Amino acid sequence: MSKHYLELSGVDMRFSTDKGEFEALKNINLRLKKGEFVSLIGHSGCGKSTVLNLVAGLYTASTGGVILEGREVDGPGPERAVVFQNHALLPWLTVEQNIALAVDNTFTRHGKAERRERVAHFLALVHMNHAAHKLPGEISGGMKQRVGIARALAVDPKVLLMDEPFGALDALTRAHLQDSLMEIQAELGNTVIMITHDVDEAVLLSDRIVMMTNGPSATIGEILDIPLQRPRNRVLLSDDTHYHQLRRRVLSFLYEGHNKVSQLGGKANVA
Amino acid sequence: MMNIIPLSRLSGLASPRRLSRALIPMLGITGFLLIWHLLAAQVTTSLGTLPGPVQTGQQLVNLVQEHQAERSRERAFYDRQIARNLTIKAENPDAQVRIRAFTGRPTFFDQILTSLKTVAAGFLLAMVIAIPAGIALGLNKNLYQAMNPVVQLLKPVSPLAWLPLVTIVVSALYVTPEPLVSKSFLISLVTVTLCSLWPTLINTAVGVAGMDKDLVNVSKMLRLRGLTHVRQIVLPSAIPMIFTGLRLSLGVAWMVLIAAEMLAQNPGLGKFVWDEFQNGSSDSMARIMVAVVVIGLIGYLLDRLMLALQQQLSWDKTGNHR
Repeated sequence: MSKHYLELSGVDMRFSTDKGEFEALKNINLRLKKGEFVSLIGHSGCGKSTVLNLVAGLYTASTGGVILEGREVDGPGPERAVVFQNHALLPWLTVEQNIALAVDNTFTRHGKAERRERVAHFLALVHMNHAAHKLPGEISGGMKQRVGIARALAVDPKVLLMDEPFGALDALTRAHLQDSLMEIQAELGNTVIMITHDVDEAVLLSDRIVMMTNGPSATIGEILDIPLQRPRNRVLLSDDTHYHQLRRRVLSFLYEGHNKVSQLGGKANVA
Repeated sequence: MMNIIPLSRLSGLASPRRLSRALIPMLGITGFLLIWHLLAAQVTTSLGTLPGPVQTGQQLVNLVQEHQAERSRERAFYDRQIARNLTIKAENPDAQVRIRAFTGRPTFFDQILTSLKTVAAGFLLAMVIAIPAGIALGLNKNLYQAMNPVVQLLKPVSPLAWLPLVTIVVSALYVTPEPLVSKSFLISLVTVTLCSLWPTLINTAVGVAGMDKDLVNVSKMLRLRGLTHVRQIVLPSAIPMIFTGLRLSLGVAWMVLIAAEMLAQNPGLGKFVWDEFQNGSSDSMARIMVAVVVIGLIGYLLDRLMLALQQQLSWDKTGNHR
């Protein structure tokens, strides 16, 4: 495996607004190994989502670029699947049809039976077979996000991009989904970039946490390795001193080094 | 997000509420009939006093009887022909016989049927034009901005302004020795289409332009291109708005139709009203009144039909269900 699977080098991102140019990101450099789980954390408006959209190919960097497996990213595609914050399931399709839409349009050269099987496999992976024929409007928020994850995984992405996937869920559902995600990650070994606001979530799930400074002109402030052994157990970790030290490092970056309140002068509207 | 209402709650509260739901509209209708009855008697015209609900009801009965009489005349006409042809055949087996079509006057109910056919044809044509055009406008911001002034300009044009132009153009272009449909039908149809396509066009365009950006991103991520994108993402997204547009369009189509038929002399309800107006007999006003009520009723039923269709076909069950 190549050492740098995914690479963001010298990325600046500027948006033109009515009040002139707005520099959201300045000189972002980040390298991911294959199978690595990286969290992006930072205050609202620091450009975390912009980073994710750049990797997704939904935005194009003003300067610099994104390279995945030696090829420059030049547009959105299924090899960089996104799990959206509000799930973004098509409300007129059933759970199964939503995943099938993704599979059918990605695995066009595979037979119909093979594609059906793939849909069923990923439904089972997120424990949603029981609701295969329900519409998104008929299932809970947590279930919807499970389906969103299944849809993204079912297209066999090289990188899985998660935009605050559990942000809209209650704490218990969130914990369930985090555990599910860790199991899936142990099984599939995907390369993941996840945006989060939640320090515990970042420490629990990640191999590395990328901490971003506040915008405008946000950049990477610090990268923290999380060398905690896997599989990780949230209950056992709650007594682990190393876990608490890591957690403290992130908290101190967010609330001492780069406190939002001290920088409220900046009009940071780009989330 | 859960939009499933427990059945028990629906049926439990229903009985008293359903009763009052049926009762209050009945009160409204009764009140309306009473006021109509009282006020109509105050208006004296050259053809007598304005007909109240009673005279109108009597004329409805008359119209039904005329329809039945006309139908039995038609049956008798054909029976006579068949009988005559049989006797001719009996005398000379090689004789050429033919059945002549009945050319009686169209009754009120024939005219309702013609109107319904015309409005259906005009509305379908409007739908076939407006939905694809609306999708194109909704998808392309530049096209939308270019077309918006034109649409806004043409939208409020009255059918009465279109009609002379449509008549001239149709008369010039539709010249065939054996016409499939009558010219007046075509003129009414085109006028209905011209006036009724705008609400569907605008609502479709707005529905498409206002699609959930995340769903557009899903489509981009899956690399859905062209028609697949339209079929899988754009059209279903816009379906609730398209139906809102279609309901408005059908309402406009029905309203325009009556005016168009009146002037184009298409044998429909509009022509019925016009003929009665020209006729000017003592019954005319009551007969027009019957037409007014029937036109209103059909307009209402068409709207309900569209709503039922929307509830069947649209995935969005929380839509506009008034």
